[in-house]
Amino acid sequence: MLELKGITKKFDGKTILDKVNLTVNDGQILTIVGPSGAGKTTLLRCISGLEMVDGGQFLLDGQAFDPATNRDNDAVIGVVFQDFQLFPNLTVLQNVVLAPIMVLKKSTADAEQEARTLLDRLNLGGKADLFPYELSGGQKQRVAIVRALAMHPKLLCYDEPTSALDPDLRREVEEIILKLKREGMTQIVVTHDMPFAESIADQMLRVEPKE
Amino acid sequence: MHYVSQILPSLISGTGMTLSIFFWTLIVSVPLGILVGLGMITRFKPLTWLINIYVWLMRGTPLLLQLIFVFYGLPIIGIVFNRYDAALFAFILNYTAYFAEIFRGGLQAIPVGQYESARVLRLTKWQTLRKIVIPQVVKIVLPSIGNEVINLVKDSSLVYVIGLGDLLRAGNVAMARDVTLVPMLLVGVIYLLLTAVCTLVLKRLEKHYSYWR
Repeated sequence: MLELKGITKKFDGKTILDKVNLTVNDGQILTIVGPSGAGKTTLLRCISGLEMVDGGQFLLDGQAFDPATNRDNDAVIGVVFQDFQLFPNLTVLQNVVLAPIMVLKKSTADAEQEARTLLDRLNLGGKADLFPYELSGGQKQRVAIVRALAMHPKLLCYDEPTSALDPDLRREVEEIILKLKREGMTQIVVTHDMPFAESIADQMLRVEPKE
Repeated sequence: MHYVSQILPSLISGTGMTLSIFFWTLIVSVPLGILVGLGMITRFKPLTWLINIYVWLMRGTPLLLQLIFVFYGLPIIGIVFNRYDAALFAFILNYTAYFAEIFRGGLQAIPVGQYESARVLRLTKWQTLRKIVIPQVVKIVLPSIGNEVINLVKDSSLVYVIGLGDLLRAGNVAMARDVTLVPMLLVGVIYLLLTAVCTLVLKRLEKHYSYWR
């Protein structure tokens, strides 16, 4: 369970997030919606530790923790970026196993076996040895999801998962997110796509632009 | 033909000097260039200023002048090099600056998202650099580095100014002695052969890195 208490973020004195409180229960999906510029992505970046907050507190399973400095491998927060950010110089399989081997210190054989299982589950069997440039947008996104999952995250965050995809692929993402939910994954999804947000959300947070 | 075989040994020994300057400069300057290039993008301002001044000096003055300063100027403040070391020192200083600029450009071409994506995967800075950033930078900078490598082959001829016997100087000596352009023609052919080999190696390297985009 992730709790945010009074999270505040400012850029150059301008308050982007003003005392945000929220709770995400295990296995649930929280969607963060709102117009562009309202701070949806900023909130996600704070939760995933890419931005330092200016105030407030994070609690993970009741324990205070700071995503920006946390190095505990049992408290990983996975991120699927809007533009995926796969590593172009590595194959799909290498993208997935890099962190498990280098950070979790898994053996190459174990990491690869787990990666292949995950890839199969997201219909990427047979793509393991391709490079990112050889994949479609939807496939890249699924690789990004697998790469995040391979770190056994407590929480998986998505930044605008539908924006870089063809409209007909939206259902596919939806199905993946709901499938992961059934498997118990806690997920936070930032999106401006209301129908999409409504169809997956257990809980919805509306972020409004600050004056 | 007889004349050619007569002067060839001296030209070949001059080529030895040219190659020695070439290889040692390359071997030292490329890794140094990566380090200095990294220094140019750190947030520690005094370091970036210092490096920028160094790069400005090295790129802003002729290499010929730098050679003269290292060999004839540095002894004034008590730093004495022999001819060969002076030449290497000047070449390494000069080429490191050019390589650093190239690597800086390559490093800045890597999207911030790559670093962020490595960070959320908990990779350390060093792991990120080694596994993700450097391989991508190498691919980006290879054509520009190749340009400098070709330049270096020819720039090495400047060492004549401090009295080192390289390929061009060997040709020059023969030309003055025998009053004929034939030695210089041969010198030109040898330079062409050297740069042709470099071009070939660089093409191979670029091809090697073309397995991903």
